[in-house]
Amino acid sequence: MNAVFGRGLRTLSLLTAALLVGAFALVFFYAPNDADQGFIQKIFYLHVPLAIVALGGFVAGGVYGIRYLRTGDRLHDLRSYVAIHLSLILAVGALVTGSIWARGSWGVWWTWDEPTLVSFLIVFLLYACYQPLRFSIEDPERQARYAAVFSVIAGAFVPLNFMAVRMAQAYVHPRVLSTTGGSMPGSMRLTFAVAVLAMALLFVTLWKYELASKSATFRLRALKRRLAGDEELWTTRRSAAPTL
Amino acid sequence: MPALPLDTAGKYVAAAYLVFLALVLIYVAIMAGRLSRIEKDLEEVTELLEQRAGERETVPVD
Repeated sequence: MNAVFGRGLRTLSLLTAALLVGAFALVFFYAPNDADQGFIQKIFYLHVPLAIVALGGFVAGGVYGIRYLRTGDRLHDLRSYVAIHLSLILAVGALVTGSIWARGSWGVWWTWDEPTLVSFLIVFLLYACYQPLRFSIEDPERQARYAAVFSVIAGAFVPLNFMAVRMAQAYVHPRVLSTTGGSMPGSMRLTFAVAVLAMALLFVTLWKYELASKSATFRLRALKRRLAGDEELWTTRRSAAPTL
Repeated sequence: MPALPLDTAGKYVAAAYLVFLALVLIYVAIMAGRLSRIEKDLEEVTELLEQRAGERETVPVD
């Protein structure tokens, strides 16, 4: 295990911070208020990028799951684990901000007759099982293999679920993005694109931070074990996180 | 539903953006906790190394 995850992290962090500040500046000082919803539509620039990046992260977790199954390289298992772990956090953000938006716009915190909301909740609950699944398996090899299979199947479910909702006829969630251009004016489209990019960069930055942190922890513990030569130090705590 | 007036909508928008800020800050706090654990591990490794070096120095040379 010789990967260095912290390389380029400072530049990436600065770029992410700058882009996030830029995106929020565009949201509040450049993009016009929505003609229909007014000022509350500003939540859109936070809620939708959070959801898109979370779903993208789940798919990325599946891709690394495939890589792990093909190569057996535990680093891919770690990458998959961290991507899914971070996507869950972003998904919580998407659900909470969506609820706040729903309360302001529709007068309710949640509605069950809205396919987009319910399907996102299903995906979230599906991935909420990922950590308990890992924790329930003690053997690290089996844990990594089962988690990879889960991430691949669940990762394939994400785009399928997205397409199914798009094809559903009875939806009421507003459609502002489509292959034909959607209904957003240029200034809103630009703001949205920058917000998605900023959120994606935030995801990559945090992903690299967590990988660097976990990798440093594993290396240090391995070093400690070698130096101490103590059997007691070999016994590691049962954990949902991969061990390298 | 008609658009909410700015003073009412502002509260919801502020709440949503504060949730995002809180999530990022909680994450940073967790990472800070991990960093301090890494520091502790590093300290232990350094101590072990110093202990080894000390043992080597006390071994009599024939």
